[in-house]
Amino acid sequence: MALTNEQIERYSRHIILKEVGAKGQKKLLNAKVLIIGAGGLGAPAALYLAAAGVGTIGIADADEVDLSNLQRQVIHATADIGKPKVESARESMEAINPDVKVVTYHEFITSENILDIIKDYDFILDGTDNFPAKFLINDACVMAKKPFSHAGIIRFKGQLMTYVPGEGPCYRCVFKEPPPKDAVPTCKQAGVIGAMGGVIGSLQAMEAVKYIIGQGKLLTGSLLTYDALNMDFRKITLPHDTSKCPVCGSNPTITKLIDYEQAECEGTGL
Amino acid sequence: MKITVAGVQKEVADGLTVAQLVIDENVETPQYVTVTINDEFVESGAFESTVLHDGDSVEFLYFMGGGQYGINE
Repeated sequence: MALTNEQIERYSRHIILKEVGAKGQKKLLNAKVLIIGAGGLGAPAALYLAAAGVGTIGIADADEVDLSNLQRQVIHATADIGKPKVESARESMEAINPDVKVVTYHEFITSENILDIIKDYDFILDGTDNFPAKFLINDACVMAKKPFSHAGIIRFKGQLMTYVPGEGPCYRCVFKEPPPKDAVPTCKQAGVIGAMGGVIGSLQAMEAVKYIIGQGKLLTGSLLTYDALNMDFRKITLPHDTSKCPVCGSNPTITKLIDYEQAECEGTGL
Repeated sequence: MKITVAGVQKEVADGLTVAQLVIDENVETPQYVTVTINDEFVESGAFESTVLHDGDSVEFLYFMGGGQYGINE
């Protein structure tokens, strides 16, 4: 399918790049990216991917927009308070770029639904802030052979890594299992500087774009860490021992998805 | 001896263990940190028994949450 005149103008700064060109832009327009979590990380990632012309963007989040979200979740506005985050995110993305088809999932991701949700997507962004979801996304992407970007942010720090099937370690190679509830601080308890979501979420969008256009080196086999107070970026090499990982290793012991902490969550009303 | 911790070179006592280094470096959640030495994982149960050597490069990898608080909570 040829680009329209309007698309040639809209994406001109992409098309002029030798790494993108009309060919790369068409790949973006044909690509399907799923963002799990329309929060601090997912908000900037969704805005940039919509602006970039990623043809189908899925967005999953069970929450409604809350006043305390607006310090960092730049896809939502004050008038959106109380609205499902996926709806607010959809409106913002569609307002930026009518080329984008937005698919919303106003639900929790669980072991029951995640494989069905991710199956149609080329690349997945983990923008969640809880470890049960992060392990679930990792395990599901490994099992379904889907590439994904993992990220975390807290206080003035952030980090991300990219998993591509067969090309390096997964999240569980680095972290064996979720820490017990409240064992490590969350953003809600410890705080996070708003722009951190912008930095790390944008880097996740960058990884998605690079994966789609097939250019450059991804963060496979390394963890990029960012310390904003010291303005220090570091790329840490991650070991990859395919014999050891319980999910992506050669002899996996985890072959079914796990809903960690599910029993504790029931009835908490959170 | 000299080792490198998170990219910074340091002079430390001979025979230093990973367990002691985790304390010396004030690692916030020592029981949940992942440690690598020269780009190899240290088993989480082996911090006490793993002795560092001159020239070793140590990294601490931390659990970090993310943007959205609420999914599956």
